[in-house]
Amino acid sequence: MTQRNGHGMTLAEKVLARVSGEEHVVPGQIVEGAVDLAMMHEQGAQTVGPFHQMGAEKVWDPDRVVIAIDHWVPASTEGAAVLHRILRKFAQETSLPHFYDVGQHGICHQILAENGWVVPGDLAVGTDSHTNMLGAMGALATGIGPTEMAAVLALGRLWLKVPSTIQIRVRGTFGDGVTAKDLVLRVLGEVKTTGATYKSVEFTGPTIAGLSMPERFTICNMTTEMGAKTGMIAPDEATFDYLRPIAKHAMHPLAADADAAYEKTIDVDVTGMPPMVACPYSPDNVRPLPDVAREHVKVDQVFLGSCTNARIEDLREGAALMKGSKVAKGVRFIVSPASTKIYDQCLREGIIETFTDAGAVFTNSSCSACFGGNMGILAPDEVCASSSNRNFPGRMGAKEARIYLMSPAAVVATAIRGEITDPRTMR
Amino acid sequence: MQEIIEGRVWTLGRDVDTDQIISGKYLTIIDPNELKKHVFEIALPEFASEARAGDILVADENFGSGSSREHAPQAMRAIGVGAVVADSFARIFYRNAINLGIPTIEARGVRAIFEKGDTARIEMRGGRVTNVRTGASIAFPPIPAHLLGLLEAGGLVEKVRQELASRKAAASPPPPPVP
Ligand code: SF4
Repeated sequence: MTQRNGHGMTLAEKVLARVSGEEHVVPGQIVEGAVDLAMMHEQGAQTVGPFHQMGAEKVWDPDRVVIAIDHWVPASTEGAAVLHRILRKFAQETSLPHFYDVGQHGICHQILAENGWVVPGDLAVGTDSHTNMLGAMGALATGIGPTEMAAVLALGRLWLKVPSTIQIRVRGTFGDGVTAKDLVLRVLGEVKTTGATYKSVEFTGPTIAGLSMPERFTICNMTTEMGAKTGMIAPDEATFDYLRPIAKHAMHPLAADADAAYEKTIDVDVTGMPPMVACPYSPDNVRPLPDVAREHVKVDQVFLGSCTNARIEDLREGAALMKGSKVAKGVRFIVSPASTKIYDQCLREGIIETFTDAGAVFTNSSCSACFGGNMGILAPDEVCASSSNRNFPGRMGAKEARIYLMSPAAVVATAIRGEITDPRTMR
Repeated sequence: MQEIIEGRVWTLGRDVDTDQIISGKYLTIIDPNELKKHVFEIALPEFASEARAGDILVADENFGSGSSREHAPQAMRAIGVGAVVADSFARIFYRNAINLGIPTIEARGVRAIFEKGDTARIEMRGGRVTNVRTGASIAFPPIPAHLLGLLEAGGLVEKVRQELASRKAAASPPPPPVP
């Protein structure tokens, strides 16, 4: 293949070349890409108005559209009930069959992942910023606004500026009690919240190759906090094994060229790395967890949930640590699985009982306390330890409330002790 | 799109994220006229009541980071914000604002040359932002043709409407030949 400047393409460039029908693309170029999958959650209700104003009559391909409500499920306010109704009506009028309504619901990104809606080589867009998570499938997955979604529904394509790519090359072995979440927090501490704005972040290296899909989801999920357009991991056997029984459409596995032109490469060795924590008020305000633990930071609330870390693996790990202990006095511990399917697994495996016996509240699957608009809202000056992805002022309620982001194991350890705790000290 | 945009300036700091522009508790509001009452409640509380149509927002780095919520630029459009200028923008906000037809300009160093209440003058094609009071100015790189096209059409809705309409016209049978 002829390559401009003798430079190969990164994974993001490969996908954009595929979906735009170009042989070669370079960063900065604007391309029109054919969309493989479009996802809407409640914000999709704002897509309906522009869709009609555009004079659109039908959706380009109803089998490529997924609606998954998650922020307020079941509707917790009248406003949310109206949003849900707008979406139901729209789905009916435009014959959209793939609607994960109350009862099949879950956090939209988890719904896409566990049902095989996004596969390698896809261009996937969603009305939520953490759509980046699906980049773990080797797809270019990114968040867009509802007006843009209206154009996608009408035309089946959108314009994208080809992003430059930052490569994060990871080697080494995780120590006990150290997880993919700690890795992505550490990378965030280095890249910062603006370090990857408009860019693709591609994770490579032997450590990444050894990670399970759930761990890869956690990592790609938080590339949104780096400002990235997408976070990607090239597909391999783990990806294919995960997707083979569930893939909804044909895979186009792609990998970066050996001579891909990365804007920069950051090398990370996880050997000996401690657990990490993002302190108020920014996800890039990252410190080693043992340092923060030494300051005896008392918490009022603990949240194990969100699209970052509420998969069955996270809840199993949390339950194993919780078993036989109690939630500290004065602490509210909220556990919210990422989907109804995970809820059912927890029920069968006795995980719900483990948490409720300990004094936690186990909720139905939704975004829950993650975004300060549904439940588990913080009062001024309260402190919360959370397995989610954002800790900006006002994220979970009062703007003075302080949120610490950490791994599932660390939040459970914190719930037990009532102050920010290194999970390794529990074993 | 106006070639020259002039307006009274409101200043904002760095990393003003969408939670600070429209807080999570207002996300079920769809009506932009209702939303605009709550815009910047956290970052700039007096803005919602005192802002006038045509006012210009000047922010530091990473304006609009965080979620994909279009509520943020929608509320600004409902107020009639004339333009948003920042040292840099977060990606989805930038796209959303342009899609809604709000002139959105990235000009490195712009925050440092303005104070609240100054008058800003923006030359859209000329690529320059000037503080009318002090005379200080900052050049910005040309806005890509594709985005200028969107702003000229008045936003993405209008752009797609035109495209769908012309497709329809092309698909309908030609008028019978005149005998
Ligand atoms: S869990 Fe939190 S971050 Fe994820 S989609 Fe829901 S609100 Fe957004």
